[in-house]
Amino acid sequence: MSPRLHLPEAIKDALHFGNSRRDFLKASGALVISFGISTDAFAAAADGAPSAGPYADPDFRQLDTWIVIHPDNTATFYVGKTDGGQGTGTAFRQMMCDELDIAYDTTSLVMGSTDITPDQGGSGGSDAIETDGWPMRRVAAEARRALLELAGKRFNVPVTQLTVKDATIALKSDPTKAVTYAELVGGKRFNIALTGNNVDATRGTADVKPVNELRVVGRSPQRYDIPAKVDGSLTWAVDMKVPGMVHARNVRPPVAGAVLRSVDETSVAGVPGFIRTVRQGNYLAVICEREEQAIRAARELKVNWQPPATAPFPPSDELFGYMRRAAPTSKSEPEVLGDPDAALAGAKLVLEAEYEVPFQGHTAIGPAHALADPSNGQMTIYTNDMKSYGLRNGVAQFLNMPRERVRVVYMNGPQVYGRTAADDAGFEAAYLARTLGRPVRLQWMRNEETAWDTKGPAYVFKLRGGLDAKGKLVAFEYDACAVDYNHVGYNEPDTVLIAQLMGKRPKGPAKGAAATPSEMYAIANRRSTTRVVGLPMIWETPLRTGNLRDPNGPQVTFASESFIDELAAAAKADPVQFRLDLLAEASEDKAFRRARSIAAVRAAAKTYGWDTRPSPKKPATGKASADQALTGRGIAYTYRNRTIAATIAEVEVNRQTGRVWVKRLVCAHDCGLVINPEGLRRTIECGMLHGLSRALWEEVRFDSEKVTSVDWLSHPSLRHSDTPEAIDVVLINGDPQPDRSDLAPYGAGEASHKPVIAAVANAIHDATGVRLRRAPFRKERVLAALRAANV
Amino acid sequence: MTIAKLHVNGATHEVDTAPDTPLLYVLRNDLGLQGPRFGCGLGQCGACSVIIDGAAVRSCTMPVSQVRGQITTLEGLSKNGRLDPVQQAWIDEQVPQCGYCHNGQIINARVLLNRNPNPTDAEIRSAMEGALCRCMTYYRVQAAIKRVARGTTTTGREKAE
Repeated sequence: MSPRLHLPEAIKDALHFGNSRRDFLKASGALVISFGISTDAFAAAADGAPSAGPYADPDFRQLDTWIVIHPDNTATFYVGKTDGGQGTGTAFRQMMCDELDIAYDTTSLVMGSTDITPDQGGSGGSDAIETDGWPMRRVAAEARRALLELAGKRFNVPVTQLTVKDATIALKSDPTKAVTYAELVGGKRFNIALTGNNVDATRGTADVKPVNELRVVGRSPQRYDIPAKVDGSLTWAVDMKVPGMVHARNVRPPVAGAVLRSVDETSVAGVPGFIRTVRQGNYLAVICEREEQAIRAARELKVNWQPPATAPFPPSDELFGYMRRAAPTSKSEPEVLGDPDAALAGAKLVLEAEYEVPFQGHTAIGPAHALADPSNGQMTIYTNDMKSYGLRNGVAQFLNMPRERVRVVYMNGPQVYGRTAADDAGFEAAYLARTLGRPVRLQWMRNEETAWDTKGPAYVFKLRGGLDAKGKLVAFEYDACAVDYNHVGYNEPDTVLIAQLMGKRPKGPAKGAAATPSEMYAIANRRSTTRVVGLPMIWETPLRTGNLRDPNGPQVTFASESFIDELAAAAKADPVQFRLDLLAEASEDKAFRRARSIAAVRAAAKTYGWDTRPSPKKPATGKASADQALTGRGIAYTYRNRTIAATIAEVEVNRQTGRVWVKRLVCAHDCGLVINPEGLRRTIECGMLHGLSRALWEEVRFDSEKVTSVDWLSHPSLRHSDTPEAIDVVLINGDPQPDRSDLAPYGAGEASHKPVIAAVANAIHDATGVRLRRAPFRKERVLAALRAANV
Repeated sequence: MTIAKLHVNGATHEVDTAPDTPLLYVLRNDLGLQGPRFGCGLGQCGACSVIIDGAAVRSCTMPVSQVRGQITTLEGLSKNGRLDPVQQAWIDEQVPQCGYCHNGQIINARVLLNRNPNPTDAEIRSAMEGALCRCMTYYRVQAAIKRVARGTTTTGREKAE
């Protein structure tokens, strides 16, 4: 047991030292007691208890589930989201403080722990602010309304005669007559029922404030989670310890699809601290008293694996050819606008190009981990899984336990840009803890994380475009093929790795999807087709796909925005102007995406100092020498849901080495109402650099039996030396009525990430005249392309 | 098992462990420190960095029996309850996203600045090259290092309890 375990207050609360929070919810009727469908020994052992277990669902239709006013006139907010480090927690507090009329510094926030916060689904799809912020704002507004009503009764005046500031309500006519929120409900319950068919629709009777009355929103309080992250005092999921805890490590098949024949436990019997192996089907783990012992035992354990009779997948070098030939597992109905065939036939110039993006991984900096505690017939999982609620439901189903006996305590952890192996580790730790009957902490090793974590789907694209005699784009054909069969779901037990290794496969694999571009270009004739293909090995595969930061966006936008650039070059048009012309004619304008797209493209060009001319840049004459670095700039634009991003990259391409350095990045970003400008800027910056890492480095490689990208040498990622020397983020508001009182905030976790590969490819073309249609742009690939083009 | 004597953040500890145990696990699991973290176990990412006698060391590949000298971890950077200027710059600049790797970023920045209080951009990039960040906070890390070099961090705040 650790001699010093500093738990954040929020986590102490979640852990119920004194059971305070859950008792509070129970007494207020804010816990929903329901009986799950599971009927196993645990449920039977409930000996007449009124519920199937202690961890009932907090009722989102009770105000007390969301907000507590404390006797010292501070407040705690409880929300069903998680924060992967983009500062959403700070933003939630800002939004709720504004509606409640309480000072930011006197509030705190608890997130994502399944038994004490309402189920808002955890994180995903950049929806935190855009979707989940609304019920938070409305319940805070409702709390304010309820407090005003109480104060009105106390002073015997109508609420219209009251004024509120910093959690204190006073008479407008006599500010000395005042009452604090704490004096009205401090430490007590509101006991107010809310309405709403689902959690997103939760509301009371009060409305949210108009934008012009928001005071905390729009400012940049520092993120509350940062100080404890930089002084070492924060206890993360990876740090969590409980008495009696032991350590586990997985033992993965050495080649994909291998069948576990036998395990020689005597081979590790001499490892100090060895407790046992756990095996079910092809799932294998070792458990030891200490962490380094478990690592050693996992390494030394003698296992007889039988390789599969046929290759599980083609080697990565042959992947794209395989994809082009493979029969689809599913395909979409073609989306057709106008008559693309006739338009292409009548076009003055027809361009065709194919693009390729390999599998790219999540490869979190901290390998997946979880601690599971099976004490007292319950199961508590400490995790950074961004979808803690789904993990809870999935584990309950997987272990056949009533949901009310399973809880997930969300804690800080390494990056969660999508469905990572954090999920897998939660299931595995729970299974091991249940099997052993002791708390088990599990962490994946680096090679396991890089090789076995879920992957962003690989894509091949074929695009055709037709230009008329004036260089106008009159036809656009888009065909996308993604390897996305067996896509990890939202904690359904059959999609996690341990279940697949155990042979649990009740239905077909998740069928996956291929996506179409997100832009507002007016092109009269279009055809879009998409299809999904599978690899020969479907189950138990290290090439399982899972949502990775805008799951298909970077790939799709690389193809579509590169091709738009190719068309602009063919039309001898400036790439910015070519896009603006296409945007100018569009008519559909849901959420003002067209107007906002135009504003974003213009703002990016203006901030960059864009010189209007066609690409590529004319090669330098006279003094140009072989060692000269070539420079150029490229733009790409897209949207993610309702958020617009236009990005310009400036590159320096080394002719001798092929190295690409992105010297400068500019992003014009419109996500509507900005909650915390400084927090937003950093999220946009980091989203861009994550995109840059995918543009320059990231690629999962494999031979015909295993993934060979296993560490930071075999799977390089962006480094300090790759960092641009300047990044400009312009926060714009291209709404036709920028000051409207109901201006909505949109998501920002992914939009800036999406266009970067395309912007870099376009900049490389501008600099060199060479078009790279295969990501990532590692120096060997770039150099080969430069040599082939005699640049 | 053998007894290893470790001098960590000004205190001396005796730990009973196998001599080849990487220092990282002793710091985390025996001494309860939470700054150094497991990232790769291969010395490739820097998340486990600690300072030993002034040098940044990867604790994930350093056998505990070979450790000599004074170990400083992230927790030991603050002096008299005040944050190290590097930590303060990290707050001022709002550097981390998830923050998992920032033990390594901060430790390596501290060692760089001890040796070279006014590093150039190129020197920063070079010295920090081995500290990986998958949230890609590099731009702000570099800005924070420059902030320390310029001496423009705010007054050290009290360490969180």
